[in-house]
Amino acid sequence: MPQVDLKSVRPYGDTLDDGKVQLGFTLPIRYGPEAKEAARQLVMKMGFEGADVVSAHDLGGHFTYFVVYGKCVHSVDVTSLRVPKVEVEQMDFFKINDLVRDKLGRKITVVAACTGSDAHTVGIDAIINMKGYAGEYGLERYPWFRAHNLGAQVPNETLVAKAIDTDADAILVSQVVTQRNVHIANMTRLVDLLEAEGIRDDVILVAGGPRISHELALELGYDAGFGPGTLPSHVAAYIAQEMVRKEHRTSPDLGKER
Amino acid sequence: MKLDLDISKIHKCRECANDIADQVMEHVQRVTTTTIERTVLRLLGVDGVNHAGVPLPNVVVDSVHRAGHLEDGIATYMARAVASTGLSPQQVAEKVACGELDLTLTASAPAGIGGCERSVLSSAVSASLDRILANVATRREYLSRLDPGTEPLIYVIVATGNIYEDVEQAQSAAKAGADIIAVIRSTAQSLLDYVPYGATTEGFGGTFATQENFRIMRRGLDSVSVETGRYIRLVNYCSGLCMPEIAAMGALERLDMMLNDSMYGILFRDINMKRTFADQHFSRMINAYAGITINTGEDNYLTTADAYDEAHTVLASQFINEALAHRSGLPDSQIGLGHAFEINPELKDGFLYEVAQAQLARDIFPDAPLKYMPPTKYMTGDIFRGYLLNGMFNLAGVMTGQSIQLLGMLTEAIHTPHIHDRYLATKNAKHVFNNARHLGDDILYTRGGIIQTRAEQVLDDTARMLQHVRDRGLMNAMGEGIFAGIARTPDGGRGLDGVAAKSADYWNPFEEAIASRLALAASNDPRRR
Repeated sequence: MPQVDLKSVRPYGDTLDDGKVQLGFTLPIRYGPEAKEAARQLVMKMGFEGADVVSAHDLGGHFTYFVVYGKCVHSVDVTSLRVPKVEVEQMDFFKINDLVRDKLGRKITVVAACTGSDAHTVGIDAIINMKGYAGEYGLERYPWFRAHNLGAQVPNETLVAKAIDTDADAILVSQVVTQRNVHIANMTRLVDLLEAEGIRDDVILVAGGPRISHELALELGYDAGFGPGTLPSHVAAYIAQEMVRKEHRTSPDLGKER
Repeated sequence: MKLDLDISKIHKCRECANDIADQVMEHVQRVTTTTIERTVLRLLGVDGVNHAGVPLPNVVVDSVHRAGHLEDGIATYMARAVASTGLSPQQVAEKVACGELDLTLTASAPAGIGGCERSVLSSAVSASLDRILANVATRREYLSRLDPGTEPLIYVIVATGNIYEDVEQAQSAAKAGADIIAVIRSTAQSLLDYVPYGATTEGFGGTFATQENFRIMRRGLDSVSVETGRYIRLVNYCSGLCMPEIAAMGALERLDMMLNDSMYGILFRDINMKRTFADQHFSRMINAYAGITINTGEDNYLTTADAYDEAHTVLASQFINEALAHRSGLPDSQIGLGHAFEINPELKDGFLYEVAQAQLARDIFPDAPLKYMPPTKYMTGDIFRGYLLNGMFNLAGVMTGQSIQLLGMLTEAIHTPHIHDRYLATKNAKHVFNNARHLGDDILYTRGGIIQTRAEQVLDDTARMLQHVRDRGLMNAMGEGIFAGIARTPDGGRGLDGVAAKSADYWNPFEEAIASRLALAASNDPRRR
């Protein structure tokens, strides 16, 4: 295979640099030759060359669905990218617990919830509940974690109260419903509340959900964000390592490490 | 029966479920709730909101409940007010709302009211019940004149937040082949202790269930029904803190199906169980009378608990939902028991276990319009893999004779469905259903094979679980986290403050009339035994 030029990367179909992209979309117009031409022209305007409408379907009424191929003429310089990532060394269940036991010497308390009007607990349950997800135990099963899953539709106020009540080290917020950006306002509100209570800096604040990125989380004032595909150990390793880092930052010369 | 199951084990399960339901009914018959009383007002024609936007049924019921007089039933107070003022129930409600009338002032009247006072409401009661009967007749007429659809019926969801957009999308889906349209509710509506009013164009993750929205969507679907020559059914959510009110609205606006589970709100919305058990009973009586098919929510267990390990909890819940539904007068043909295709797709022979569970439900509940829910838990955002999983789900559905197939969306876990997601899902289902239409008829399951063995094992586990629940009582057993790993206590959760013990003079004219029209056994009521 010819050498990929990382300064100029474009989509790969079956030949390097062919730029082939497949698109699927609907236009609110009646099915017919004009609709196909409209889709073709639109794809050209998106910056594709050689747009080819391979399939068009009448969705009834005045909607038509298209599958279109095009050649992308743009490229990306991969060598110049800087992507914020959660800085964490991947560890398994045993290593994480050992780390907490050896370096912290006490259990880490975590409170977690689906906040606001969000009722979708699949994500938070996968991370917290005993059962876990994809063959991994959830945080409830970690002997060196004390995990409280408050469940669905928890008001931010309740979550903060619980964090204070349990003297939590970390707060996990899950947001699945993102229609009309309802999650942004809700996540921001939690940060405001924590600041008002004067405990923002005492906790590790983590957000998660299918539409959550680390970058977005940082932007909203969180310490980390976890997107789709996250496993319980990813979150646990991050919290454990961050706790150890924090401990050493705040008490640099107490000689806790023996 | 295709799985060659031990009939005596199935009988045993039903016996247990009946005992469990009877225990629940002991409680149900002793109490009323704020939403049950608001339902009575709605059925008496009370509608609209006050100056602050609070629905009049809430204003009136709260005024009586705050004074601690809900025990006699709101109809008792309404009948007195109508008898003494000559106004209609709606006019009485308006006067209460603007402070010109206080229903509780009549509370000092001697307990019990005469038949002549009660009779002032009889025309309003029959008008409402007759309107519902007329809707039943209209539905029957549509179903005889138009194509009623072939099972598994194709069920899709719209959820734009704007009822007018919803109508557009629903009509498009119907033209692509959908038989059933559900309008997803705005997130958290289940926790509102009132029903929003009027047409709405903003919602989060769904559209508010209001009576006006029901009417708008019904009109939209009737028009596309006539256009396509197929009767398109409408679904909404009869769950949360306003179960019976939504049931009444659905009955009045000719909805065809209602999501309605006896335990869903308790488990997944942390609604108090004393409240929900009472609410679900009256809501189901209304659904029964209105010819509305309920859809139960067992699929939800499997989004939090493991679908392979906890399969028996689904079957146990189906037995309990069936037993409670019978006590509300629902015939088998209106009990759409739910289950789901949620086993980890990486599991070897996972498809066989899915078939075992689906066939088990079909064999045990032969006359129930089973509602089959698609994979959601293991949908990753990889739309092509998702499309394949949905194809497997559709194959399981058609070969085991499911009745209502809620189509999976290839974009599950990404966003609420786009218009072409629904189209692609419908195409997937229609292809599989047509291509494998009679596969189930040709299949015999090997005795001792993976599928048959699995089905027997789930049935055995279910029998054990139901016996345990019977011994402990459902309310106590729910404290042990037996369903979905979620534990609830009898006095925990939302809405307990809206539960009131009935007095000896309690009166609910609709409960009485529907019970008699449905010929429900009076023995349901322990006070009359």
